[in-house]
Amino acid sequence: MNTLIRSREFWLALIVAAMILATNFRAPGFASPSNLANIFNDTAILMILALGQMTVILTRSIDLSMASNLALTGMIVALINAAYPAIPVPVLMALAALCGLALGAFNGALVWLLGIPAIVVTLGTLTIFRGVIFLIAGGQWVNADAMSTSFVQLTRIQFLGLPILSWYAIVIAACFFLMMTRTALGRSIYAIGINPTASVYAGIDVGRTTFMAFCISGMLAGFCGYLWVSRYVIGSVEVAKGYELTIVAACVIGGISIAGGVGSVAGALLGALFLGVINVALPVINISPFWQMAISGGAIILAVILNARGEKRGGRLILRQAENAS
Amino acid sequence: MTDTSAETRHIPDRLDTPLRAAIFSWPALLLLVAIALFVVNSFMSPYFLSPWSLSDATFNFTEKAIIALAMALLIISGEIDLSVASIIALASTMMGLALQFGVGMPGLVAIGVMTGLFCGMFNGFLVTRLGLPSIVVTIGTMSFFRGISFIVLGDQAFKGYPASFAFFGQGYVWWVVSFEFVLFLVCAVIYYVLLHRTNFGRHVFVIGNNKVAAQFSGVRVERVKFILFCLTGTMSGIASVLLTSRLASTRPSIALGWELEVVTMVVLGGVSILGGSGSIQGVVLAAFIMGLVTFGLGLLNVPGIVMSIFIGALLIFVIALPIVFRMIRERRT
Repeated sequence: MNTLIRSREFWLALIVAAMILATNFRAPGFASPSNLANIFNDTAILMILALGQMTVILTRSIDLSMASNLALTGMIVALINAAYPAIPVPVLMALAALCGLALGAFNGALVWLLGIPAIVVTLGTLTIFRGVIFLIAGGQWVNADAMSTSFVQLTRIQFLGLPILSWYAIVIAACFFLMMTRTALGRSIYAIGINPTASVYAGIDVGRTTFMAFCISGMLAGFCGYLWVSRYVIGSVEVAKGYELTIVAACVIGGISIAGGVGSVAGALLGALFLGVINVALPVINISPFWQMAISGGAIILAVILNARGEKRGGRLILRQAENAS
Repeated sequence: MTDTSAETRHIPDRLDTPLRAAIFSWPALLLLVAIALFVVNSFMSPYFLSPWSLSDATFNFTEKAIIALAMALLIISGEIDLSVASIIALASTMMGLALQFGVGMPGLVAIGVMTGLFCGMFNGFLVTRLGLPSIVVTIGTMSFFRGISFIVLGDQAFKGYPASFAFFGQGYVWWVVSFEFVLFLVCAVIYYVLLHRTNFGRHVFVIGNNKVAAQFSGVRVERVKFILFCLTGTMSGIASVLLTSRLASTRPSIALGWELEVVTMVVLGGVSILGGSGSIQGVVLAAFIMGLVTFGLGLLNVPGIVMSIFIGALLIFVIALPIVFRMIRERRT
């Protein structure tokens, strides 16, 4: 119980809940289940992306190319769908994930094999990927008429009261939780973030694990490429422009340390949800949506200050049992 | 961000002679690339080698390059400022606000530069006093500063800057030599002296190489970093004056995405993103290279978005090339 109250995720969840209740005060019905489901659905893509970014940040790297990767794969599947509507959409979804995986692997390979800092590599690929969209699409948009019905519907079908888009996020989050806490890869990702040198002695291949983290973030960005294009029914060069830093912001608010090794799946999800709730709440309580940027900026700064306070107190928790025992 | 373990640092038995070191240095390679681009460009387009078009070409990189000079010092010291483009937006918005209250040309310039300074101080305070990682802090202030612009302006724009204000971004000092370009060259010389010829500059390098050792050697690490954030903010304020004057209007989306271009320029200039090494000559050459690439491709009617492929590829290629060469050489021995 004590550890729960001390955890950052607990407080963040409390803050998000308080924000929802406060908004509900001004605009009754905001906290109704159907509206909460809407907020969740609106945030689903950001949640998936934040989970991908989290794996990379945990390894002391950063992936600034996620939004461009998303836009590029989104454009690729949209073009394929427009040209060959007969190809079943699940195939396209797999293709999007594969395509994103390939782009992520390109980032990861440069970081792993050439040892170029991740921020430089992804800064480069951020602009390259987005330029390639223009090349393959010839500056054209893919709009609603060109997309097949199933392409658009496979984020919208209701399933057990939630749109299927929300279910994608839930399933991916569950897989992530298992991966980060129950598999060797997940533990290695934490380990190399906490102490790369010790990880080498423990038999972990630091470069390869970082590479895997980039593959994961790339794959999720690619999959979100399909989700984004299908949900907003538009494929263009401008898709998700500047979104890379929103993803990082979600992670930072979620308590994922940019220095690596610290952060949790719940944190990433709550960080994304925090931004999502602000996004939806502001217009409802009659604050101009132009306030949104400054507020999320302020939230990031505040989150970092609070995170730093939390990290200063005591050393890093090594054994959970040890703390409980004392 | 990435770990530089001890074995990647190569310590030679004896140092190269100064001439040899200069020939194989990063700026020399950049100079070669710049010359090559210049030659290729003049063959590709008959319009390239005209004084006026070359002068026009300088406008699209000087404002970014002015920020890149200060950013180079900041990155050498091991920090980064991703909020520079947002500082431009905020400073421009403040100038626009002041204009509504009838402030004249000198006042506008002062307000623009001071806003930049204050933003830099704010970043510096958060990073040095509260001990927060600069990359996250400045991602936060990036939204925050531009967010204030959006609150003030919404979907509106400030227009109607006085005619005397237009000189900074549109004026020419002599023939085809623009004020912006002269200011950039003057700043480059100042920053060269500051980084390579003063104690302060040595401290910047020392901090970037080993913060703890610097602290124990009596370098006032936090103060130097604070000053660097202030400098970067001030240069962004100056760039904001230039850009606002050139566009003669302020929108909250002004200079969107410039932070990444400025960082690209600095890294292309041979400044290690991990801190500790780099030179102003390199950054100046990188600025010219980026200007030449965008201008040359522009003359060939290549759209801006495609140019960004070249810039991104150039960034990765130029950094990967020496690493690949070194790997091949090490495999042989």
